[in-house]
Amino acid sequence: MQLARVVGTVVATQKHAAFVGAKLLLVQPIALDDTAHGPALLAVDSVGAGVNEKVLIVMEGRAAGEALGRKGAPVDAAIVGIVDHVDVRE
Amino acid sequence: MQIARVIGDVVTTVKDANLSGIKLLVLQPLDPEGNATGRTLVAVDAVGAGVGETVFFVRGKEASFPFHPVEVPADAGIVGIVDHWDVER
Repeated sequence: MQLARVVGTVVATQKHAAFVGAKLLLVQPIALDDTAHGPALLAVDSVGAGVNEKVLIVMEGRAAGEALGRKGAPVDAAIVGIVDHVDVRE
Repeated sequence: MQIARVIGDVVTTVKDANLSGIKLLVLQPLDPEGNATGRTLVAVDAVGAGVGETVFFVRGKEASFPFHPVEVPADAGIVGIVDHWDVER
C-alpha cells in the first residue's frame, strides 16, 4: 500500500457498470515527507475520502476490487483508508 | 486507473481470436493538469470511446474483465469516459 494525497475529483457518466455509484478521486502518491512521489492516478474511494486528505491506497487489481466490494470489477487502484497520522521512528 | 486522451485507433487483421470485434485505441496518459505524461499505449475499449475523448483506463489483467467470460489478451482497457475533472492543490 502507499500513502497518497487526494488532489481532485472526476465525473464520468458513461462507464463500466462496476463503477456505477462509486466515487472516483485523483490521488497523488506521496513520500513520508509529503512530497509527490511518482505520477498521479485515479482511484475508487471506498471509505468516503475527500480532497486534500491523506489516504492509504492499494495499487493492485484484486485488492482494489475487494475494496469496491464487486467481484470482477475492472479496477486497479482504490482508497482503503484515511490516514490520521504516520509515525516513523527511524 | 489513469486519465488519458484518445489520440488514435489501431486496425489489426491478424490477431488473437479473443481480440476480434474489440476496438483498440491509442491513448496518451494525462497528468492532473491535463498535460501529456508518460508514453502512449494501446488499450481495448469497453465503453464505446472515440478519438478526441478523455477517458480513464485500467492497467493489468483487470482490463479484460469487462469482456468476461472471453479472456481477452489485453493489459490496458478503457473503462470510462470522463465528463470533467477538478483539481485542487
